[in-house]
Parts: sequence; structure tokens; C-alpha cells
Amino acid sequence: MSAPAAPSVPAAPAPYVPVGGPDRAPVTKKLLTADHPTWCPGCGDFAVLACFYKVLEKLNYPHEKVVTFAGIGCSSRFPYFVNTHGGHYIHGRALPFTAGISLGRDDLHVFVFGGDGDGFSIGGNHLVHTARKNVRLTYVIMDNFVYGLTKKQTSPTSPLGFKSKTDPTGSFDQPINPMRTLLNSGATFVARSHATQVQHMTDMMHRAALHDGFSVVEILSECVEFYEGSFDAANPRKGGTWQTIDLKKNDGSPEDGARHDPGDEVAALKLALEAWPGKFGVFYETKRPTKNALEQNLIAKAREKTKGASDLQLLQNTFARMR
Amino acid sequence: MVIRLAGNSQDGIQAVGGFLARLAGRSDQDVMTYMTIPSTISGGPSIFQVRMGSGEILSAGDRADVLVAFYQHSYENHLASLRPGGLLLYDADHVKPDPARKDHTAVAVPITTGTVEAVGGSAKEKGKNIYVLGLLARLFDLDVPKLAQLIKERFGGKSEDLVRNAMLAFDAGYAWPAGNLRDCFFALEKTAGRASARPQVTTDGNSALAYGLIAAGVRYGAGYPITPWSSIMETLRAELPKYGGIFVQAEDEIAAVSTALGFAYGGHLSVTGSAGPGLSLKMEALGWATMAEMPLLVINVQRGGPSTGMPTNVEQSDLFQALYGSHGDAPRVVLAPRNVEDCFYIALEAGRIAREFSTPVIILSDFSLSSRIEAFDEPDLPKIMADARPDLSPRGADFRPYPLDGRTRHAPPGSVIHSGKYPTVTGLEHDEHGHPTGSPALHVKMTAKRREKIKAVAATIPAPEIHGDDSGDVLLVSWGSTWGPVREATDRLRTAGAKAGQLHLRHLNPLPPGLAEIFGRYRQVAVVELNDEGLYGFGQLATILRGAYALPTIRSVTKTDGLTFKVREIVEGVGKLIGLPNPAVGIKQESSLAAARG
Repeated sequence: MSAPAAPSVPAAPAPYVPVGGPDRAPVTKKLLTADHPTWCPGCGDFAVLACFYKVLEKLNYPHEKVVTFAGIGCSSRFPYFVNTHGGHYIHGRALPFTAGISLGRDDLHVFVFGGDGDGFSIGGNHLVHTARKNVRLTYVIMDNFVYGLTKKQTSPTSPLGFKSKTDPTGSFDQPINPMRTLLNSGATFVARSHATQVQHMTDMMHRAALHDGFSVVEILSECVEFYEGSFDAANPRKGGTWQTIDLKKNDGSPEDGARHDPGDEVAALKLALEAWPGKFGVFYETKRPTKNALEQNLIAKAREKTKGASDLQLLQNTFARMR
Repeated sequence: MVIRLAGNSQDGIQAVGGFLARLAGRSDQDVMTYMTIPSTISGGPSIFQVRMGSGEILSAGDRADVLVAFYQHSYENHLASLRPGGLLLYDADHVKPDPARKDHTAVAVPITTGTVEAVGGSAKEKGKNIYVLGLLARLFDLDVPKLAQLIKERFGGKSEDLVRNAMLAFDAGYAWPAGNLRDCFFALEKTAGRASARPQVTTDGNSALAYGLIAAGVRYGAGYPITPWSSIMETLRAELPKYGGIFVQAEDEIAAVSTALGFAYGGHLSVTGSAGPGLSLKMEALGWATMAEMPLLVINVQRGGPSTGMPTNVEQSDLFQALYGSHGDAPRVVLAPRNVEDCFYIALEAGRIAREFSTPVIILSDFSLSSRIEAFDEPDLPKIMADARPDLSPRGADFRPYPLDGRTRHAPPGSVIHSGKYPTVTGLEHDEHGHPTGSPALHVKMTAKRREKIKAVAATIPAPEIHGDDSGDVLLVSWGSTWGPVREATDRLRTAGAKAGQLHLRHLNPLPPGLAEIFGRYRQVAVVELNDEGLYGFGQLATILRGAYALPTIRSVTKTDGLTFKVREIVEGVGKLIGLPNPAVGIKQESSLAAARG
């Protein structure tokens, strides 16, 4: 007697097993890849995306706890290209939206992407207030000095004299200085990078993610379609100079005296005011209680007072006082 | 029974109203109070109107049955508010009434001397209000031990002397021989306990709404200060931390709605709110909420508009912006509470719909509801408290946030998706997984999905009840805070001989099913609302109903003076529409109506 033949079943695809975090397989670029980016060939944003995958691999957070969100603009398409929870909000308001995610869900890791129009123009007020409140999240501004999605209008960071469809004779409105604006708003981590400097960019985003508070990285990301050559001045391959900020090592060495102390706000402002193209790296980093922590503290104090009463008991007590 | 107390604000007449309101809450007698406080009271002449009765109290009352005048100016300014045949109680020490007036009963009461004698010289006139409370207690047979207890609670914290003096004043007022007056004018029936036998609570509309939100499971929210919404956000800011939640004061209205939507994306039922101008600012974000199908509660405490308008007056002029204020085809759910008690329950209903249909829900309250105090049955909280926890359970491999063959149920971040494909939530037109699409066919399908979802809400709404005649001359349609005066007007029209019914709409979008059939049973449909008649002669709800049902019988009764409807105004307005010659007089007009009925 021969054994019955094993029924032939097509091999099922390997089931997805959650990744990231301790005791799980690591997060990989392959798992993080989603839709194919819609950016123009040569756009600086591709490099930012590649670096973000690397940063997520390094951080290895539980995959389902990473949130990638954005406002509106070319760069704000970002979340469609990253396979995490996330989405695409309205123009300029990604920060208050993601503040809600961060405050309401302290267990999540929130990354926000956007451009200069989103961050400094329509969303300028939100940038200031999210910074002052020190909401725990990481904000990456891909700054290309131009409105690209709407095809070449002047942006709040366009330099004086920039010729656009809205300023055909050259822009004459004073541009925003992003580093200075962020420092003045009370952001607790402020860094600057360049999309052609992959290692530096990855390092800045990684440090920003590890910062406990509102962390911002401005990345100069060239729009090859509407503002070609905009950032050549800081690109050695195009004849520019690439100058990074040497951070203090506190090693007592004589050369350490000349290095930048990221906790020194005045020194950071001086860096921010340097002539174009300026320096790149961590301008400022300080510890200040996050709004997340302060709200949790408020909750803890309130709960201490109510001595562990259930939600039902609390509301019943309120109505009893209205009798 | 409407009692108007007229004096000066420092006389503490509002405290008397407060005592009566609390008494209603604690009373076994079927007594209710209802009061209005004229705005901008800062010293000087002041009035307080209290309405008590043995049934539902529907409006503040147009005219007083009893006027208590503390001073000559009180008498002169408020005598017109006393109904013909009413009772005037005046302070014999301060008021000289006009002896020529014969249309009411004037009774002199030594309020000042009675109080001074009772309390003793040191207190002078203080305590006149408590003396009057004693007088009213006697007149209307109020529960004296309970009132005494309330007085103790109110003054006990200050000093024993105060309580003693207050009780002396109360007893003196109570001892004044008013009993015969009661027999002559008001045979107020004593009834057994309330049918529900639940304790009564007294609070204002904004508080009822705030605690309704908590009962509905709201633990997170964000807002920006604006009258008359602010007190809701103040309450939530103070209360939510006790429940483990957070209320954020945002930098502006747009940030407020955005943060609230961020909370919602995180899996929480969340709230934002404002008044009309702020709701306008939130509109782009609400368009996103419709497109992304995100649940959210949005409170709009309406005031007079447009722009800064009349910020401390009532108006129902935000209905259009609530329904149509967004860009694109963005149908959404709009509800309105009818009284203070309903401010609590409307929040529960809004929470139910927002969760079940994953949609923003706008609640249209108004200025008059926000600040007025009413007594109602204490809610049965164990039965109605909603679970506030987000659903972070893993989602199956077939999870799609926007299924074309089913209802959207978002998977908040933190939930594992078994396909390994994490969803995007977006304001771009999207496919079932939330990824952007430019497909014309998908836009057609997704637009239909969002529309059908809101239409499906209608099937979960109870059929509207008709108060009064279920067919006949006229159907009065009310929404929001006009419920009470419209109901009373309906009763008066019926007394005047009209066959009239009232239909109240709590759900303004989608409308409950069956309205066309109901409207068809009446010769006229009079939509009563506090907004302008517009370019074509119809108020906002009337315009919507005409658009929906194309019935020429739908007419409009509107006004824009920033004050709540007087019952008389509605009776006259509707009476004119249906050809009732003089409904205010209350004489049967059967013959003329019969002619009109043809």
C-alpha cells in the first residue's frame, strides 16, 4: 500500500510578521517602500526619502508605531512613498494635525514632511506655536526656495531678485531666514542640511528623531525643474563650499574652544545670520519639558486628586453636584 | 406661571431665581423653573423672570402672571409685562402704584419694613430678596424645609449669623398673609412625584453639552476662545485631565480643528468648536475630514452674524454654512439640540453617528441655550456612557480604509495591519487603500460612497413625532432652541381654533425619513426660525426643505432681532400665513378657518 499522494496546494505568500522594536525582525527598506515617487528626475527629495528609510532602519521602532504625515506640496507627497501609518493633510496645517497625533498618542513616533511654502508661508503661525509648545515630533522641511507643485511662483524663502511667474522682474520681498525663525520661535532642536550630502542628512534626521521635543531639520533640496542650481554655492561638486558645524566635544583640547556649543542660543543665532550659503549641522539643541510631558503631568495631578475614580463615577459626581 | 422680579441688581433677585431653580431640581412636587437673565447686567435696574408650572416649561414666557416690583422704576418699567388680570406685588415702602389702573390686582406688601423688622436694624434692607422668597413660597406652596436647606447651603459657609438672618427674613415673608391670594388667583395643583422619579439637575446649555461630550466618550479636543463657545472649552480643559484626556487651546481656529482631527486620526473621539466666524475658518479642514472620512464632533454655538455681528445675541443663521460651508461635494451630518437637557443628549447622538459612520458631525447650539439654566432629569449615566478607548486591534490582511463595498473604519496608528501594507489617510481623491488616484471612475464611486454614507444615517433616525393635530391647517416646523416657543404657539393656535401640529427637527442633515408624507397632510407648512427671509422670502431651513421636497406649501416665519421668539410673535406670524384673523385673542375662529379649508 502506497501512502496517499499529498494534495498539491499552491505555496501561500509568507504572512507578514510585525517588525521593528525589541524581539522582532528589524525594519528594512524593502518593507518601508510604498508607491513609486512622483517627483521629477533629479529632484533633491529622492535623496531625503532614501535617507529617511535609513533613519527608520537605524531607529528600528515597531513598524506600526511610526507615523509619516505631510501637508501639501511636492515634498508633501512623501507619506505615499513610505509604508507606515500616515497620510496627507491640508496645506500648511500638518503641524497642528500631527501635534494632535503626538499629544493624543504618546506611544507613537511622529515624522512630518513639508516644503518651504507649507512651513514658512501658509503654515508659518503653526511653526511658531508648535515650536514654543515643544510638541514631541520631528519636522523635516525640504526647502527648495520655490513653489514647485504650482509651477514656479515666489516662495517665502526665494532670495531677492529670484525671477518667478509671480515676480517676472525678480522678487523684492525679504525672504525668511529659516534658522533664525526657528530659533526665535523656541524650537528645541534646529538643524540644517543639504540633499546632496547623504551621510550628513541621515545623521541630522537621526539626531532629530532622538531629540525629546520639537525637532526641525531644514534640508536644502533642489528643484531641478524651476530653480536649477539654487544650492550650488554649498555643493563642492558644483564649485561651492560645504562647511559643517563642528560641535563642542568638551574634551579640554585647545581646538575645542572654537567649536560650536549647540546649547548656546546666541552662538546659534550668529550662525543663522552668516552670509549665504552659511554652515550646516546642528545649530541649536536644548532640553525643555515637552507639551506631551506637561499634559501627562496635568493628567497625573488631576487623577491624584480624584483618587482613582472611574470615568462613570467622576461624571456621576458632577451631576450629583447639580442637584 | 410666570413671575417677574424687578428691582436693582444688588438686591439679589437673581439669587431668588437660583433658589427656585435648585428647589425645582430637588422637589418632589412637579414644579419646574426656567429663567432668563438679560445680558449686560452691571448694577442698576435688573429683572429676573422665573417660570414655574406643573408640566413642561417651553419658553421663558411672554408676559408675567405675577410682577414683584421693588422700586417705583421697577413698577413703571415693567407693569406692561404683566398680563391683564395678573397680580402685582409691590413694596409698599418704595412704590406708589397708579390707582387708575384696573386691569390687574395690585397688592401692597411691606417688603422693606418687613425685612428690617424681621432681621433687625443692623442688616438694614439686606434680605429683601429672601423675604420675597418666603412670600413666594407661601403663595405657591413651595417646599419650605428644602428651601431652608438651600439657604443653609448657600450662606452656611459664610457665617451662622447670615443663615439666621436669612431664615428670619424668609419666615417673615412666609408669614405675610398671602394664602388667600393664592386661593383667589392660583389654584396650583399639588401632584405626586415625577413619573421618572429621577432626581432633577439644574445647569446651563454649555455645561450640559460639555458633559454630554464626556458621556459620549470624548476625551480629546482643541479649541480657540470665542463667545459663546468658550465656556465649553473651559469646562473641557478643566475636566478632561481627570478622565485621562487632553484639551488643547490652539493658536487659531484652523489649528484647533486640525489638532482635533489629529486626535481623531490617533483613534480618539475628539471635539472642536466655535461660533459662526470660527466655523468658517475651520471649513477647509472639515472638507478634509469629509474626504478622509474622519470622525469628529464640531460644536457651533450660534450668535448673531455675519462677521462679529451680535456676539451676545441669539440667531440660527449658521445652518447654511453648517450644511454647505465646505468646498466640493461634502455632505455632512448636522444636528441641533432643542433645550438645555437636549444639549447633553445631542452630544451622545453626535458621538454615535460620528463613530458609526466615520464622519464629522456638526452640532448647532445657540447663544440662548448656552447661557440659560434649566432643570431636567439626571441622566442615567451607567446606561449611556460610551467607551472612550481607541480600537488598536490588529486588522486583517484584507484591510482597506476606504472599501467601496463597505463602510470606512480607520485603523489608527499603532494597529498592526496583517497585510504589512499600512494605510494612508488623505484629502486627495483616493483608492480603497488611501492612495491617490486621478481616475474619473473612482472619483464617481468615492463621491457616491461619501454621499450614500450620509444618506444611510437617516435610516438610524427615529421617525419624527407630531405634537398636536397630525393633519390640518398648518404644520409648524421648528429646529434648535425654537422648539419650546413653537410648541407653545402650536397649542395656542389650536386653542384659537386652528388644526395645527408641530414637527421638530433635531437632525437637520440628513433629514429624517417620511417628511414629504407628513408635510402633505397640512394645508400650510410654516418653518419658524431665527434668521433672515433671504432674497427669495424663505429662511434657511425653509429654503432647504423647499429644495428637498419642492412643496409650495412650505412657508417661512423668521425674525432677526437677536432675541428668542416670543410665543405671540409665532402665533401672529403663522396666523397670518393661514388666515387666522386674530389668533392672539384666543377666540375660536372656526368659521373663517372652515372657509379657508374650503
